[in-house]
Amino acid sequence: MSAQKRSSKKKGTSDGNRYEEDFLKNLYATMYRIRQFEEQVFELYKLGLMPGLAHSYIGEEAVATGACAALQDRDYIVSTHRGHGHLIARGADTKKMMAEVLGKKDGYCKGKAGSMHIVALDKGILGANGIVGGGIPIATGAAYMAKYKDTKQVTVSFLGESATNEGTFHESLNMASAWDLPVVYVVENNRYGISVALDRVTKMQDIAVRAQAYGIGGVTIDGNDVLKVYETVKEAVASAREGQGPALIECKTYRFKGHHVGDPATQYRTREEEAFWKERCPLVCFRDYLIEKAGSDEKGIVALENAINDEIQEAIVFAKNSPYPDAVEAFEDIYFEGR
Amino acid sequence: MNQEQVREITYAQAVAEAIDEEMARDENVVLIGEDVGIIGGNFKATVGLRDKYGDWRVKDTPISESGIIGLGVGMAITGMRPVVEIMFSDFIALGMDQIANQAAKIRYMSGGQVKVPLTIRAAMGGGRSSAAQHSQSLHAWVAHVPGLKVALPSTAAELKGLLKTAIRDDNPVVFMEHKVEYNKKFPVPEGEYTIPFGKANVVREGDRLTIVATSNMVLKSLEAADKLGKEGIHVEVIDLRTLVPLDKQTMIGSVKKTGRLLIVDEGHLSFGAGAEIGMGIMEDVFYDLDFPMMRLGTEDCPIPFSPALEFPIIPDAKKIYEKAKMMAKR
Ligand SMILES: Cc1ncc(C[n+]2csc(CCOP(=O)(O)OP(=O)(O)O)c2C)c(N)n1
Repeated sequence: MSAQKRSSKKKGTSDGNRYEEDFLKNLYATMYRIRQFEEQVFELYKLGLMPGLAHSYIGEEAVATGACAALQDRDYIVSTHRGHGHLIARGADTKKMMAEVLGKKDGYCKGKAGSMHIVALDKGILGANGIVGGGIPIATGAAYMAKYKDTKQVTVSFLGESATNEGTFHESLNMASAWDLPVVYVVENNRYGISVALDRVTKMQDIAVRAQAYGIGGVTIDGNDVLKVYETVKEAVASAREGQGPALIECKTYRFKGHHVGDPATQYRTREEEAFWKERCPLVCFRDYLIEKAGSDEKGIVALENAINDEIQEAIVFAKNSPYPDAVEAFEDIYFEGR
Repeated sequence: MNQEQVREITYAQAVAEAIDEEMARDENVVLIGEDVGIIGGNFKATVGLRDKYGDWRVKDTPISESGIIGLGVGMAITGMRPVVEIMFSDFIALGMDQIANQAAKIRYMSGGQVKVPLTIRAAMGGGRSSAAQHSQSLHAWVAHVPGLKVALPSTAAELKGLLKTAIRDDNPVVFMEHKVEYNKKFPVPEGEYTIPFGKANVVREGDRLTIVATSNMVLKSLEAADKLGKEGIHVEVIDLRTLVPLDKQTMIGSVKKTGRLLIVDEGHLSFGAGAEIGMGIMEDVFYDLDFPMMRLGTEDCPIPFSPALEFPIIPDAKKIYEKAKMMAKR
């Protein structure tokens, strides 16, 4: 990655030195951690070590990273089938995540969730979800709790643009708006629901306009610009926390890989389109920004990257060494039995 | 039960009383649903609660079944104890993802990290000329999904005790209230009490035949049993109370005694609760049977509007009487 070569197209970053270098480096570390985790999941899949499937977050790292950086520890997030990035950005333990992805006993959910449904309550992660749109009312309910108990917690509900064609999206926005619930809907508009491009099934290409129908301020932003995401979500979260009600932030982004690890994405989008977005890779752009605008030293960044590579390798070793759950554990945790 | 402690209230009042007591006891209990607030519910089962507890605890919602059940799931996993009213149980079809894939699954899929103390109340059953979309008894749909509990109270006294148990339960409970019962008065003990789940109630003892029934069919079975009793045929009637958990032991004990089992449940016959109840105890009672197990249920057709069509397809006391009499023959 040459910083010089890309200096002319810093499409993925805001300008100015408004932040401490440590803060910026942390953002980069999170984005890089997500990228590395996802690359390694893909490798494990190719080696046949991963049961089931996983939905890669590569290309969309700036959304989860910017949004979660705007949250407090006590806040909640509700994630989607494409959830690894949200979880990592929220500080989930990559060891326990990797073990879960491999169906092992030491995973976050003891091997009962897999890639698509991880819950990590200790990090305020109320769950990824295998049902498109399934998490939106749940996030809204967590916000109802916060409003009812006046806990000042905010919930971020991540969702894809295709989920906004589910009824739960409309039902949830309507209620959140009517009752000024502290929830921020972060829509990751990567243009495709599996193979179906948004313009083939929906007239309006900016999802944010749908929020306006519910009296919710909706904005469309560059989802590959991590600082832009951070700033926009931060403002929305602060306003929700103060009791001003929900917001919807549409982040335009792109998934570099197929819908899931087994999808080559060859039939429904063009190589030109992919190249256009790869030029706007959120990770590369932000790295360039760190070096050129924030005065970071490239050696330091490489050291950071190496440390994260090691961390993910350790996560893989941990996951591989973890045993599979005993078959009898299938019957555990169906009901809460205690008092 | 002490005589002067018994007073009469309606099934609907029993709902309000149970929720009222639970709300007074625990501020995490909230009630949400369509029309539950200002008018006190479509069936007047929540009258007075909004006045007492305010708009945030008794919330009139938009007509968004999936949304409000999901809202309940989100509240439940973040420490509240919501009661969601679905006006007609038929409308659980619109919220089925949130019931079957979310509420029922999140504890399991999280490896036990969260619990879901959610009660979904819904009005079930035919008999009011409400036609095919407002008359169904769909408890078998939900009883089929592990992770849910399913209760079907038969009287106001049963309802009150079971609803309080449902609200205190840390698991999602689908609570089916029979809509023809709401305005009927029943003796209900004063004061607080709960009825445990998974403990069937032997409402009438007998030796010739066991009738296992649910919900409103318990009352119809008792009517039939009274008539048979006058003819010297003593029928045992068991109110199952909950489908999940299912009290097999009480049924097994009874059938071992009587040798005959008739199951009466208002769901459609095919693939219904009756089949599961019978098959569920078959291996324990097979050699004690003097007669094949039999079932009564709603016929396998959509519930028609006209009373001339509706009543013939739903079991009633007469049909139960006839079937039981035929089975009780020696
Ligand atoms: C209710 C439901 N319908 C369909 C699917 C199958 N499915 C899984 S992901 C997906 C596309 C979702 O697109 P979007 O919400 O935009 O998220 P993205 O995958 O682009 O991140 C579909 C159709 C599902 N999981 N749930």
